[in-house]
Amino acid sequence: MEAIILQILNGLDKGSAYALIALGLTLIFGTLGVVNFAHGALFMIGAFCAVTLSRILTASRTVIDETKTDFLGNPLKVDVPHVYDWFGEAAGATIIDWAVPLSILFAIPVMMLIGLIMERGLIKHFYSRPHADQILVTFGLAIVLQEIIKYFYGANPIPTPAPDAFRGSFDFGAALGFDPNVIIYPYWRLVYFAFAAVIIGAVFAFLQFTTFGMVVRAGMADRETVGLLGIDIDKRFTLMFGLAAAVAGLAGVMYAPINSPNYHMGMDFLVLSFVVVVVGGMGSLPGAVAAGFLLGILESFASMGAVLEVLPGINQIIIYLVAIIILLTRPRGLMGRKGVMEE
Amino acid sequence: MLGLNKKDLKLLLIVAVLAILAPFILNPFPEDSAMAQFNAGYPDLMQRFVIFGIFAIGFNILFGLTGYLSFGHAAFLGVGSYAAIWMMKLLTMNVIPAIMLSVLFAGLFSLIVGWISLRRSGIYFAILTLAFAQMSYSLAYSVLTPITGGETGLQPKVTDPRILDGTLPQGETARANIFGLEMNSSYDLIVGGWLFTFNVGYYIAAIAMLASFYVAIRIFRSPFGTMLRAVKSNQTRMYYTGLNAKPYTLAAFVISGMYAGLAGGLLVAMDTQAGAERMFWTASGEVVLMTILGGAGTLIGPVLGAGLIKYMENILSKINKDILHQWFAFLPDGLEDFIITIVYPFIGKGWHLTLGLIFMGVVIFLPGGLVEGGQRIARLFRGKKAKESDSDKSTQSTPAE
Amino acid sequence: MGILEVKNVNKRFGGLQALGDVNLSVEEGSVHAIIGPNGAGKSTLLNCLIGKLIPDTGSVMFDGQSVLGRKPYEINQMGISRVFQTPEIFGDLTVLENMMIPIFAKRDGAFRMHAIESTERESGIIEQAEQMLESLNMADQRHNHSASMSRGNKRRLEIGMCLAQNPRLLLLDEPTAGMARADTNNTIDLLKQISDDRDITIAIIEHDMHVVFSLANRITVLAQGTPLVEDTPDKIKGHPKVREAYLGESA
Repeated sequence: MEAIILQILNGLDKGSAYALIALGLTLIFGTLGVVNFAHGALFMIGAFCAVTLSRILTASRTVIDETKTDFLGNPLKVDVPHVYDWFGEAAGATIIDWAVPLSILFAIPVMMLIGLIMERGLIKHFYSRPHADQILVTFGLAIVLQEIIKYFYGANPIPTPAPDAFRGSFDFGAALGFDPNVIIYPYWRLVYFAFAAVIIGAVFAFLQFTTFGMVVRAGMADRETVGLLGIDIDKRFTLMFGLAAAVAGLAGVMYAPINSPNYHMGMDFLVLSFVVVVVGGMGSLPGAVAAGFLLGILESFASMGAVLEVLPGINQIIIYLVAIIILLTRPRGLMGRKGVMEE
Repeated sequence: MLGLNKKDLKLLLIVAVLAILAPFILNPFPEDSAMAQFNAGYPDLMQRFVIFGIFAIGFNILFGLTGYLSFGHAAFLGVGSYAAIWMMKLLTMNVIPAIMLSVLFAGLFSLIVGWISLRRSGIYFAILTLAFAQMSYSLAYSVLTPITGGETGLQPKVTDPRILDGTLPQGETARANIFGLEMNSSYDLIVGGWLFTFNVGYYIAAIAMLASFYVAIRIFRSPFGTMLRAVKSNQTRMYYTGLNAKPYTLAAFVISGMYAGLAGGLLVAMDTQAGAERMFWTASGEVVLMTILGGAGTLIGPVLGAGLIKYMENILSKINKDILHQWFAFLPDGLEDFIITIVYPFIGKGWHLTLGLIFMGVVIFLPGGLVEGGQRIARLFRGKKAKESDSDKSTQSTPAE
Repeated sequence: MGILEVKNVNKRFGGLQALGDVNLSVEEGSVHAIIGPNGAGKSTLLNCLIGKLIPDTGSVMFDGQSVLGRKPYEINQMGISRVFQTPEIFGDLTVLENMMIPIFAKRDGAFRMHAIESTERESGIIEQAEQMLESLNMADQRHNHSASMSRGNKRRLEIGMCLAQNPRLLLLDEPTAGMARADTNNTIDLLKQISDDRDITIAIIEHDMHVVFSLANRITVLAQGTPLVEDTPDKIKGHPKVREAYLGESA
């Protein structure tokens, strides 16, 4: 029992990331009909937004502290972040500590902007081209984006810690009445899950309850009719691309403390996210979310010792295996609409 | 001749001549000149040119003709590599059986993967092939370690049985050979400041490439090739003409899988090692890049694409800041630094950035790849000539094209 | 006993009875038109005939064999060729290559590798294809890219590709939909010529009365998923039930 709960919990954070990326992917596909291989790069750029902001916040001037000396006896040089000067030392330290959550505010406009530039500058020209061309050009874009990041930030992972308040773990087992220290779970992962749930809820609410969202949903179902009603659906779809980019970016920002950002993390997640989208059904938003969590949890179950004893190596391939089985038995994925992507 | 029409025969002959003279063509600069680093005529790189050329030619038979975009072809290359290395461990270091077995195994594996994946088309097909390849990669790294050597990969060892070769003399290491002629033996020709290397392994690979290229031409020009293009063009009409598209696409898939296996076997013949990283999905992505870059659906395109990418990977990537400073030393200091700052991100370790940009440019502006680019330039020149001849018509008559 | 026999076919989509007790018999050698107002079930019926849909009950027999549950290419091999509403041709291929495909299919069945032999050496294929184009008056276009042709020419090529297989039944789904008048008349002339020259049965699903009355010698009127009447064109023209159900409505 404890083991099962632990595995479900372990699956949640990865599942949350899959679900968020897949949600954006399928949103872009459903609205614009574009298969975006650069979506993983957006996730990666989001993570680097967190890196960037924490670098900005820790930007320092060097002062010489006469009261202390270093091991050679020279006066000690101390870096004082500029934020200390502006907000005082205590407040400044807190701001630096909270760099990752603060990056959310920083990332939203940045990611929206990147998304809009991508759509207007490149993807717009590919609506009428075959899906293979869309895959290829966004694949090329993904390479370019990750190389740019690599140029500026280097090839090594950059540790980006969560705020002190969320370090350490929560003893789930004790809270549920099991033995202590059996089910422990890092706080930040709980935060990530809650954050993902809020974002997913917000996207659905936005599509469900706002006029804008209703028009977009109508356009997803029948673009031409909505166009005939005199609504400029293209403009809204462009904004949806920005939104999808922001969702991917936020998923990346919050993931930075879980996995130190590196330039190829986007590609690593992209491959799995595509599998998630296809399993959920191309163009189905609930399908993407459900499949994201499902596959995340399945993956963590497959890495249990007991399972590995029976089926060695299953943890490595479970997602792909499930994808193959679902694609062959339910060609449209779990919740896909008929006739999507089947020329 | 050879069952080809004149145009195709000419193309084959040009490729053959280029392949034979590659040690000269790729080493145009004297050894001690500053430009020597652009020389690509060393055995290791020349081998890569032709081997990845084979890989791309095969991929093009699937993608270029049928339009099915596979994102998992590296798996077949990997299977071919493992098959070849096992042959070297168990039977003989002679590369012929190794290469034959790698083609066979890759063919069988692609038959299974293709049979399942081809039940779907479009992006679903791409994802299915990707899933199979990633599974193969993960399994090769973990559970299948007894067969694949896991992280360390496989190399021939002195203790291997090698039934046909017998035990090695004391202190000898196992070397890949073809009937006794070692693959890595070379003949160096020094002419003035120039060094030209003729390597056995390269010529074996080049012969394999020419044979592959020849077969590809025959397939393109055959009724089977026409059928494959028909599959790409309109599957509905295909079905309502009484044709089942699946056997055609499956045949193309297996053929391209066998090409990948051949490439894998040849890689092992050259460097006598096999590892799982050859199956990673980026390796599958690379062959997609090669084919599109050169020109999908054209005969020569994939070879050009493979050459360009391997050249960038091996030559462009080696240029560092010092070399740039040497080049631009004649400029005033400020300008020199400025230019180097601009250029530096695109070369050396940043060569992938250049590759990505070129690739995007090709997809956006030149869907027919470098081959289409070449044709456009040729047309531009011919157009100019035609215009000139138009204006000359009053004075002289030019023969029609 | 007709060459195509449809017996008691029913098809429901949820609450909608798309086809109700359809009985239909297409005589060998006839030009049989199936007409009806929009939503009468013409397309559903057609899809049942070519294996795309399987009716809930009933049978569809071609020359004594059931077509139900067979794949499209198998049905085609039985001798049924289909012309689509929007011409389905191989747009990336030349006109001549388009014409070669059905000839290969006729000769080799669903699959033969012939991967190495060059097309030129496949005996007689090119000649046959060129003859066929000749008879369609398209010989001068043989090296054109087929996607760049006019709609009328695409239709002509598509019909030609179907004929190249020597089918026993040619099924046409609104063959003149979306065509200019001149193209429509050309297509009618072509089909007339085909039915006069060849030993072939033609079934047409059609909307355009001009086309129907120029070509058909037997007409079935479909209304609300059920055949209303079946008769010769002259009798159909004056039939009160038809006027009420179809001509009256569409006027």
